[in-house]
Amino acid sequence: MAAAITITDLRYRWRGQPAPCLDIPHFAIAAGERVFLHGPSGSGKSTLLGVLGGVVLPEQGRIELLGQNLVALSARARDAFRADHIGFVFQQFNLLPWLSARDNVLLPTTFSTRRRQRSGNPQAAAERLLTHLDLAPPLWRQPAAELSVGQQQRVAAARALIGRPEILIADEPTSALDAPRQQAFIDLLLAEAAAAGAALLFVSHDVRLAAHFDRIVALADINRAAAEAGA
Amino acid sequence: MKAVLSLALKSAWARRLTLGIVLVAIAIASALLLAVERVRHDARQSFTQSVSGVDLVVGARSSGVQLMLYAVFRSGSATHNLRMDSFDAIVTNPAIDWAVPLILGDSHRGHPVLGTTPAYFERFRYADARPLAFATGRPFAGGIAGVFEAVLGSEVARTLGYRSGDRITLTHGMAAAGPGHEDKPFAIVGILAPTGTPVDRTVHVSPEAITALHLDWAGGAPLPGLAIPAEQVRKFELAPQEITAALIGLKNRADVFRVQRQINAYRGEALMAVMPGVALDELWQTLAAIESTLFVLSALVVAVGLAGLAATLLAALDQRRRELAILRSLGASPGDLFFMLAGEALLVTALGVILGIVLLAGASVLAAPLAREFGIHLSPGLPGGNEWTILASILATGLAAGLIPGWRAWRMALADGLTPRN
Repeated sequence: MAAAITITDLRYRWRGQPAPCLDIPHFAIAAGERVFLHGPSGSGKSTLLGVLGGVVLPEQGRIELLGQNLVALSARARDAFRADHIGFVFQQFNLLPWLSARDNVLLPTTFSTRRRQRSGNPQAAAERLLTHLDLAPPLWRQPAAELSVGQQQRVAAARALIGRPEILIADEPTSALDAPRQQAFIDLLLAEAAAAGAALLFVSHDVRLAAHFDRIVALADINRAAAEAGA
Repeated sequence: MKAVLSLALKSAWARRLTLGIVLVAIAIASALLLAVERVRHDARQSFTQSVSGVDLVVGARSSGVQLMLYAVFRSGSATHNLRMDSFDAIVTNPAIDWAVPLILGDSHRGHPVLGTTPAYFERFRYADARPLAFATGRPFAGGIAGVFEAVLGSEVARTLGYRSGDRITLTHGMAAAGPGHEDKPFAIVGILAPTGTPVDRTVHVSPEAITALHLDWAGGAPLPGLAIPAEQVRKFELAPQEITAALIGLKNRADVFRVQRQINAYRGEALMAVMPGVALDELWQTLAAIESTLFVLSALVVAVGLAGLAATLLAALDQRRRELAILRSLGASPGDLFFMLAGEALLVTALGVILGIVLLAGASVLAAPLAREFGIHLSPGLPGGNEWTILASILATGLAAGLIPGWRAWRMALADGLTPRN
């Protein structure tokens, strides 16, 4: 199977810092693979996600997503590539509060032609995803701001999944939930990723949530910078 | 683009309160700017339109500006009069079509009194060669018959509440409480329609009336022991011996320089003839300080208005940083965000400007009677001249205020969108 994500010789250093905070010789996620990445706060998880999302550029290394080296792309092309191929679920969901649940889910298909085409009929796809994620039709028209935290999170997940992106990245998406609902949400995300055939990179500091993933990775194991700092 | 437009509209609707406040702020700023500019423009307009259709103004030799001040604006006083025989000699010039004498010096409750012939009402023109019109009544009769008849300017009649048929008495000099001519009351026979010129503030009587008032006067004070009652004045010679100034119309305007030279060279007395247009320009130049003050004021209002506008738009935009970040992280291109920001800024600013124009038009209509009391004619209607420049600069500021922070937001947006801080 082709790799969804391949990182080679990545080094990243915050401006003004003498030592790099990321130094990853190699890290790969296969297509459709579901990986749990954990590490304590401040260990560089967010920075790694920034690099994978094309937000921050490493001083050295290759970031290949679906065979495309992200570092070689222009800023605009990176934006387009991210919108076409990656679904993000954020810790704070990042919904537009004034937009209805359904329109929030439809946002990626508004800006990405590829996601629109892959969803078939965007309206139907959004409604199907919302139904799958257990959101009743009366809620679809409600502004995101009026939904409960759990409902907002499911809307965010549906937005990441619409148009079947090849890569799903979830950044601490369960931190706003209580424990029983955390596991329920993760199971939902795993099932949807599997159904869409998407690779899933789930990032959290809480290793107790890792039970149902294909692979569990500690950031310290792949990041030499963390190992050195810890030593 | 349709989807982006729909998003932009929904986003704007979600911020309708803020945008509404911005809109009203822009409307008020625009209305204020336009009002200041319009008052400045109209002040100059009503100044230069105070006399027209008169080719030359003649008076004793002094300065042209001074002559205009007393002959047209009834402000200040003449240092010298000209003799009636000089006037009679001048008007024999065949190039002259008509000549109207002006005698100033008395007043009625602070309003200047002008002694002149009934021809004045036919010959005098203001604005675009508009003739004087009577709101009620008629001109005073010429010669002895009309000696105690008066015609009021519209403002005199309105502020003092006079009607045709009322009787008034005049005061010697311009002081409101000067020595009086109470023994010789005048009947109001006519009231002029408003003109927006000094004519509105003037009480018009015949030259004979001025002589009649001063029969028993000498050296600016009543002669002690001599009182000539009103009914007896007709026995005296009432043709004036001196006049203050004269208005002259030519048969052919091309002769104006020649006639002017001839009057200036008149040997009997030191006279001066000025062309009203030239003199008014000269006079306006002396008032340039006032105009530049108004202009600076106007510019300051523009600056404050635009700064406030920019600040309001910037504050509204800061609110949107997170929204822009989310949109960019979901693949909105710079073009999409530009379209949303620029479109909204332009739309709100344009609506605000239109609302401002409507506000100003409404205010002009409501305030027109009030402004007329100050002799200002606010011209309602579409913006013109400088006003378009002001409106364009408001629009440009609105656009810049929407785009500059938009560009800043764009640069920071992605980091915010993927790893939010709030």
